[in-house]
Amino acid sequence: MSNTHADTVLFVRDTMLPQKNPPSTSVGAVGWARENLFAGWGNTILTLLAFAVVYYLLAGILPWLISPTFGAESLTECREILAAKGVGSHGGACWGVISERWKQLLFGFYPAEAYWRPILTFVLLFVAISPVLFADYVTPKLLWFTALFPFLAVWLLWGGSLWTPVTVLAGFVVGAVFLSMGSKIGGAIVGVIAAILGAVLWWAVAAAPLASGLSSVVEIGLLPVESRDFGGFLLAITLGVTAIFGSLPLGIILALGRRSDLLLVKSLCVGFIEFIRGVPLITLLFVASTLLNIFLPPGTNFDIILRVMIMMTLFAAAYMAEVIRGGLAALPTGQYEAADALGLDYWKAQRLIIMPQALKISIPGIVSTFIGVFKDTTLVSIISLFDPLGLANAIRADGAWTGIYWELFIFIGVVFFIFCFSMSRYSMYLERKLQTGHH
Amino acid sequence: MTTSTDPSEGTFKLSMLIYDTRYRSITIQIVALIGFLSFFGWLAANTISNLSDLGKEPSFRFLGEQAGYDVNQRLIDYSSQSTHLRAAFVGLLNTLLVAVLGCVTATVIGVFVGVMRLSKNWMIAKLMAVYVETFRNVPVLMWIVLFMAALIESLPAPNKFRGADPEATMKVFDSVAITNRGVYIPEPLFSRSLGDISVGSAFDISLDLIAILAVLFAGLWGARKLRQRADAIQESTGVRPVTWWARLAVVFVPIILLLVALGFHLGYPALKGFNFQGGTYMRNSLIALWLALSLYTAAFIAEIVRAGILAVSQGQSEAAAALGLRGNRIMSLVILPQAMRVIIPPLISQYLNLTKNSSLAIAVGYMDLTGTLMGITLNQTGRELETVLLGMLIYLAISLSISAVMNWYNNRMKLVER
Repeated sequence: MSNTHADTVLFVRDTMLPQKNPPSTSVGAVGWARENLFAGWGNTILTLLAFAVVYYLLAGILPWLISPTFGAESLTECREILAAKGVGSHGGACWGVISERWKQLLFGFYPAEAYWRPILTFVLLFVAISPVLFADYVTPKLLWFTALFPFLAVWLLWGGSLWTPVTVLAGFVVGAVFLSMGSKIGGAIVGVIAAILGAVLWWAVAAAPLASGLSSVVEIGLLPVESRDFGGFLLAITLGVTAIFGSLPLGIILALGRRSDLLLVKSLCVGFIEFIRGVPLITLLFVASTLLNIFLPPGTNFDIILRVMIMMTLFAAAYMAEVIRGGLAALPTGQYEAADALGLDYWKAQRLIIMPQALKISIPGIVSTFIGVFKDTTLVSIISLFDPLGLANAIRADGAWTGIYWELFIFIGVVFFIFCFSMSRYSMYLERKLQTGHH
Repeated sequence: MTTSTDPSEGTFKLSMLIYDTRYRSITIQIVALIGFLSFFGWLAANTISNLSDLGKEPSFRFLGEQAGYDVNQRLIDYSSQSTHLRAAFVGLLNTLLVAVLGCVTATVIGVFVGVMRLSKNWMIAKLMAVYVETFRNVPVLMWIVLFMAALIESLPAPNKFRGADPEATMKVFDSVAITNRGVYIPEPLFSRSLGDISVGSAFDISLDLIAILAVLFAGLWGARKLRQRADAIQESTGVRPVTWWARLAVVFVPIILLLVALGFHLGYPALKGFNFQGGTYMRNSLIALWLALSLYTAAFIAEIVRAGILAVSQGQSEAAAALGLRGNRIMSLVILPQAMRVIIPPLISQYLNLTKNSSLAIAVGYMDLTGTLMGITLNQTGRELETVLLGMLIYLAISLSISAVMNWYNNRMKLVER
């Protein structure tokens, strides 16, 4: 056969043909549309239906949204503007309420000349959490600032003398000094006891006189702001951030307790976690608003925002404990065994080996807990605090804006959406980043 | 070997309580117990002294007193002469009503959206993504208030239904009235009713309902027996007898016969005076709460369903296709049973969340447990401690029982590992 091949084949191609372009119907926009929108009859009908729904929604909402009423000073004025435009008095949104009240929705009744303080705090918050959130890009030395931030934030937000947070902070320094001295003398346990005693003594006896003494020498202070002036998104963010960062240490302790071998410690932790997770947050807020005064010694009366903060911290701690427990359970047993094999004791193993890994795995869960707690801060409007929804009711109580709903809801909803959506995107980015390490 | 490392008995020193691992765990637990007890003792002592200062003694006797307020949405008989206990029970039933309705609708919408979000159609997938992101990134309380405002603002008032040429008409063959006060739907009535039996003179239970449920369960049991018999015949002979009509008949014929015997008919709502009368009345607050909770929770359920389906590896559906199964059967026989294992645990916690979120009813004035026991009863009797603690206990009991039932189901569905 092979001998006759050359005689029978008259033509042999010796050059390659140039590649042809794929048919125009399978590439580019047309190809994409054929594949993703019009693949088959059923698919085409679904697409057309979806377009119809989108068109119907947009046609209903857009003309209402685009409405030149930013300058209006009351609902009646809005309706007049709209009627003059010929779209009917209810045919458009009344954005005057937003342009007049947006500062109030963001800051509540915080004094206007001090708006820079919450804004600065908010910016510093990002600086403080950046070593945790963007560990790849930021120097770990910033963690010192993270430790200082709570004191700075309290001082910036509530104002008053600088020396109060400084002396409270000094209590921790005193505790640390006692810890190192005590451990040298009598071992770790004596050190811990000495540190706690020292710090508590400092706060109880020395802190207040020292602060007033220092402020009589050098007066550094900001205009004090009462808690009841907090409102709007300032209140929501303050509550949410406090609850999350307060709940982290508590949640770690609860999670460790729940995994502990000590039956009593374990059952106490399980009881606490399941109790908090089993009741609605609103009942805990009722406890904060009505019962906390009954539970505490007669005469203690601290402000409602602090009480709500405590309750929300406890609430978040139970959920945080479950998130961290998940992170602990996800660690391979080999890590625990390796720590034991190195001869580390329980706390050293937790601090050096287990927690750094478990917390890293839990960050997406922590972020979604934070989103949940942040959204749940709206519940404080039910116990008459002025969070954004509470403020919306207050604005509606004003004669000029009685009967206005949608514009306020849209503004509040959009701000919440921006916060929560960007946080959930961040946590997805983190999940992707963490996933590449394994598999 | 062991003798050399074991410390000698009898030389017990006090420091061993801390430094010896054999005793340390006991020491820690005793310290924790003492700390816990003294904390609670401190709280209890404070509470007792505070309450005696206020001149109140903790007691639950107020539950037997006359409530004196009205509850507008109720499932059982209640009047302002009833007791606080009964008011709380009405509230509890309302909580359960909205929770059950919400869980069912949220599951249906959530599964639908979750599956559609995986659609190959780009437009549908994006629409579903927009729905999910919009609903779950805005607080549920805002959705509840917004739905309430939407219902009040956009629906016609009952008086718009009046006149020869009314502005609003009733929907679905003139049987459903949708007004800004609520929705009226036809109610089931029995002209030859069996009557009620009262349980402990507190609650009346309709015998009609019991009879219908009994016949329904008997029918379902019969249908199941028929299917098992068909399975057995198929096993032994290889030919499956056709039973679908017999199975349908055994469920539906007795029910229809019973309904005819009881004289079943529908009572339609009709406009009388300023409002509609007759029919079952669902208040605005119930509908707003139900819609908001369902749509909000459905967004989360959709994500759970999507994650569950994606968790089943591609190889499973390819293997099923290689066996010659068709698309529907691959989904129902191979993908979904495996996805369910991933879906169910987070689904349980969504049901729990929905039930707990139903306590936000207080924002729209729906009288659930929070509205009655922890709302008006608290304000009227001034018993903060008792009402709030009782309310928390009831919610805790509901949550724990939901998770117990669901865990039982989860264990049954769990992969049996060798």
